Amino acid sequence: MASTDAILPPPELRKLGRAVPESPRTVTQQLVRSPSFLTGSTIVVFWIVCAVFGTAFAPRNPLAQNLLDTNARPSGTYWFGTDQLGRDVLSRVIVGARNILIIAPIATLLGTVVGTALGLVMGYFGRWVDILVGRVVEAVLALPVIIVAVLFVRALGPTIPTLIVVIGFVFAPLIARTVRAAVLAERDLDYIAAAHLRGEKAPHIMFAEILPNVLPPILVEFTVRVGYAIFTVATLSFLGLGPAPPTPDWGADIAANYDVISAGFWWETLFPALAIASLVIAVNLIADGVESVLAQ
Amino acid sequence: MAKYFLKRLGLSLVSLWLLSVIVFYAGQVLPGDPGQFILGPFAAHSAVVALDHQLGVDRPLLTQYWSWISGFVRGDMGTSYEYQAPVAPFIGHAAVQSLKLAGVAFVIVVPLSILGGVLAALKAGGIVDRVISIGGLTGTTMPEFVSGIVVIELLAIAFKIFPATATSPPGSSLLTQLDHLILPAIPLVLVLFGYISRMARAGTIEALDSDYARTASLKGLRRSLVIFRHVLRNSLLPTITVIATQMGYLIGGLVVVETLFTYQGIGSLVLGAVTSKDFPMLEAGILSIGVVYMLATLAADIAYSVLNPRIRLGGVE
Repeated sequence: MASTDAILPPPELRKLGRAVPESPRTVTQQLVRSPSFLTGSTIVVFWIVCAVFGTAFAPRNPLAQNLLDTNARPSGTYWFGTDQLGRDVLSRVIVGARNILIIAPIATLLGTVVGTALGLVMGYFGRWVDILVGRVVEAVLALPVIIVAVLFVRALGPTIPTLIVVIGFVFAPLIARTVRAAVLAERDLDYIAAAHLRGEKAPHIMFAEILPNVLPPILVEFTVRVGYAIFTVATLSFLGLGPAPPTPDWGADIAANYDVISAGFWWETLFPALAIASLVIAVNLIADGVESVLAQ
Repeated sequence: MAKYFLKRLGLSLVSLWLLSVIVFYAGQVLPGDPGQFILGPFAAHSAVVALDHQLGVDRPLLTQYWSWISGFVRGDMGTSYEYQAPVAPFIGHAAVQSLKLAGVAFVIVVPLSILGGVLAALKAGGIVDRVISIGGLTGTTMPEFVSGIVVIELLAIAFKIFPATATSPPGSSLLTQLDHLILPAIPLVLVLFGYISRMARAGTIEALDSDYARTASLKGLRRSLVIFRHVLRNSLLPTITVIATQMGYLIGGLVVVETLFTYQGIGSLVLGAVTSKDFPMLEAGILSIGVVYMLATLAADIAYSVLNPRIRLGGVE
């Protein structure tokens, strides 16, 4: 009984007779036909390949310093030039994809899981639970994400696991707010009343009945949040709170070389900046594709 | 109406109190002993203990919290560990600097993004709409230092349109100061544009779809008049709220922009305090940011409810 409820689209959509993707397969088919999703995925796959196999095909060792060839302009030898320590910028851009592509998706996943649980509890129980958790959420949201992250990363040390946990927990309240709103729309529908009458327990109703019905907005929120996670990871490493040097890292490489922009050495910062920009644009194209398929 | 305001004010105060607890606790999480920090790593243990006692950091946490928060309410923000001087003037000066930068960003972004959002709504589903929507979303997730680097290299180094530094020479005229602030404001504008234009777009689409807009069209009113007289007035309501809530983001963005352009504002002050473990400066800076944000959201909620009769008259939270 419970499982059939879970597969059907949300009742209010059924009533309106709107087109709702019935199964994961049709969703995938629609996604593959979306140009923005395809373009975005291609760019992301490119960077994933760089992150995983980058050390194998990067033209030079990204850590090797060549002090006779510092600040070399982009040329046939060094396509993207070299930095202040004579390291090959192209190789650093290729291998530098790794940190951000590990931290951002895992942190977002963590934030989504915690935020979904919080949102379900807030929306389902309502009343004082909602008010209490809601105040804490609002208090956390009153602080700029970057400042909270800087504070805790600084306190706990800038390692990859710390960054994942801190970003995940900073994102959780934001996701909780979205989930709460979606749960509120479901709470008074007939299938919930039916579950109550069957004598189902609160956890079962929240996770087995409501959760499957609020999955589409959660999925959209997840893809959008990955973009913000990339923003946050890149910004933290720019502020000196990313994984420690000399590991290639786009944000940290920009921070290390932005003082020589005025000397005319633009390539040391521009190429990592363009790398971040391309990843951000790609993730947003994917989010746009997912949103238009799931929210039509 | 009065009941709504009181309730809203009460909830804000609770959030503000929670925020102060979080900020205070966060200050404790940062590792390191204040006395040790001030005296340096080679100081005698007895001297460190004595200084900790003098600073009051060896007292129970609850006592420390009370003396800190009651001082803050009276305007006494404590003494900076790093500068050995009262915190309040530092916060005041930095806040003024940040306000100038944020002001320039807001003056550029608000009209621009409302125009963009309304334009996108009028052409909903078309090319203009797609470009503004995807472009706006991309802008909101583009780290400020990335767009900052690109604009510096393009507009300050390659074309020399704007100066590359945000800080103008002391005693500069207002116009020179403004000239220095436009470049750093651009990354902030890019991020804010997406949020505000998306809200303006959604509001406009909803208003265009409403019965009163349809009635106005059906009675033969010109489309431009329908838009100006009926649609815009209603569509911009939610936009006001979003503009206020973006204050919180804006201050976070200032941390990055002020670092990139080496500008002495509240963002770089807080970041510096984190790095140097200057707790009084850090806590005062963050709590001030929180207070500003809460006041802005409160003002937005009140403005929204004054403008929207449904909230003004009904008991909607």
